[in-house]
Amino acid sequence: MKALKLKRDDLYTYLESLKSYGELWGPVAKGEKYVYARLTNVRDVALGALRTIIPPKKFFVPPRFTMFRYTDDHYAESFDDVKPRVLFGLHPCDIHGLLILDELFLERFPDPYYKRRRDATAIVGLSCIPDDKCMARSTNTHAVEGGFDLAFNELGNNYLVWIGSSLGDDLVRLNLDLFSEDIEPEDLKTYLAWRRKRDSRYKLSFDLTGMPDIMELSWDSPMWNELAEKCLACGSCSMVCPTCNCYNVRDVSDLTLNSGVRERHWDSCMNKEYALVAGGHNFREARAERLKLWYTHKLKAFITEYGKPSCVGCGRCIDTCPVDINVAEVIRGLTGQKVTL
Amino acid sequence: MTNPFLPEEMRLVRRYDLTSDVRFFQVRPVDMDRALSLRYKPGQFMMISLAGAGEAPFSISSTPSRPGMLEFCIRKVGRVTTELFKRKENSLIGVRGPYGNGFPLEKMIGKDNLIVVGGLGAAPLRSLLLYILDNRDKFGKFYFLHGAKTPEEMLFRKEFFEIKERDDLNCHLTVDVDEKGQWPFHVGLVTDLFSKVEELDPENTYATVCGPPAMYKFVIAEFLKLGIPKHQVLMTLERRMHCGIGKCGHCAIGPIYTCLDGPVFSYWDVLHMKDLI
Repeated sequence: MKALKLKRDDLYTYLESLKSYGELWGPVAKGEKYVYARLTNVRDVALGALRTIIPPKKFFVPPRFTMFRYTDDHYAESFDDVKPRVLFGLHPCDIHGLLILDELFLERFPDPYYKRRRDATAIVGLSCIPDDKCMARSTNTHAVEGGFDLAFNELGNNYLVWIGSSLGDDLVRLNLDLFSEDIEPEDLKTYLAWRRKRDSRYKLSFDLTGMPDIMELSWDSPMWNELAEKCLACGSCSMVCPTCNCYNVRDVSDLTLNSGVRERHWDSCMNKEYALVAGGHNFREARAERLKLWYTHKLKAFITEYGKPSCVGCGRCIDTCPVDINVAEVIRGLTGQKVTL
Repeated sequence: MTNPFLPEEMRLVRRYDLTSDVRFFQVRPVDMDRALSLRYKPGQFMMISLAGAGEAPFSISSTPSRPGMLEFCIRKVGRVTTELFKRKENSLIGVRGPYGNGFPLEKMIGKDNLIVVGGLGAAPLRSLLLYILDNRDKFGKFYFLHGAKTPEEMLFRKEFFEIKERDDLNCHLTVDVDEKGQWPFHVGLVTDLFSKVEELDPENTYATVCGPPAMYKFVIAEFLKLGIPKHQVLMTLERRMHCGIGKCGHCAIGPIYTCLDGPVFSYWDVLHMKDLI
């Protein structure tokens, strides 16, 4: 992969140049937290932001959108007009989250709604130094080798800029004069030192090998009921998880009742109606069953299917759950470590 | 790129009541060439859309050996079915599919077959029943055991009575109760009918069951008693679904999706994947 160097001082100038490709989006401060927002002023970008409240999945699977418009029983496709855009500042864990959504939405039966939004979006990654809620090293999602068009890595007074795609190469050419090809032996030293610093900052460390087996053996563990006693079934964990992708579909008719829209909106397996079928049978009535499904998806099912967990270690569930049920606590519980519940 | 979520317009050709709350629907793509080229397997399902009411999955009751028409056997029980029951013959409805794995016909061909139906389980298993009868020479010995609660609640009564008269299968029908004394055959649970099953080569038999949840345990026990291997005991399962193609997440069970990897599962699947039944 090709790498270039950009002076730290030139970052804002380059971000401004990216706007000639399309809308520029990145993390900005909102109260004590961060959100992805349109960067009208490039200096609003929060370079130190670790995790946004909602992960970048919202750009590809919006919380609610129209799939079809119907008149009587005729359905017509409806696609939002997605303009070319650049998402700046995705950390490696969030890029891995997108790669997991790609597996789900682009492989078997490709989803045209997802694909259109994905195709219109350039991904520009940004390295980060973890905090006490990050666990991406345990999920092996703390670095990226693909899944981006450009990836910026801190390098002293510079950024090391990896070009990950042909589009990334085009993006560099929007302001080629800012970049240098001269990577010195000294730069490699700086890069290695930075990597060591990053790796040393992880406070959470778990061995996830064999998680499917451990979950299988813990199927009847009382832990699930103990967690369910606390869980509020609010679904916040699903909203903030970069790989939660469940959705509902509903028809919303207008006042004539002859026409309307078929909408898709986020759902969570924490919601009681999640597995309810017509006739009243609920396949996952118990909260413990629904919690178990959530963690089965993150720590067992995806490993069985793709050889990696579908938790990318971003720490959002740790940050968000009002009663402190999160992937770290569940892993501790499953592996017999002290739980702080 | 094609939109896999887009319902196809199909014509509701014929409908009639099977019981007080279950109705039979014949549906066909508006385009006749499309109707004749529509391929599916017994055990697969379709998503039916009715604008305003929404979309839901339904087992296909017809057999691909009689092309040109899709048939469904549907109980009025929810939002989509309530709307469907209001639809008149010759109206248009939205349909997409077929989805799911269907029955492993390639493995079942040449084998003895035993089908056990309880109540609404006739909806998916009628497809397999008619498929075997239409390709009778490709299969070995064939038993069809059918149980309904009462004579009034029996689905496809006329059709199954006629099938009972055929001499190329062993068809046994029962009802749990017969208050009016009108039922001409056995009265009792469907498991009673296993006493009539003989001369099956268990190692060479596929046994298939579909019915109310309470029935599985007892019927599967009978299959195992006959010596039929666990992986040749088949069943088709129900789950909530919003897509049919492994995206919406609702039918997930462990690492699989009922819509993609099911809805047909073996008893071995049930034993090694928790949560299936």
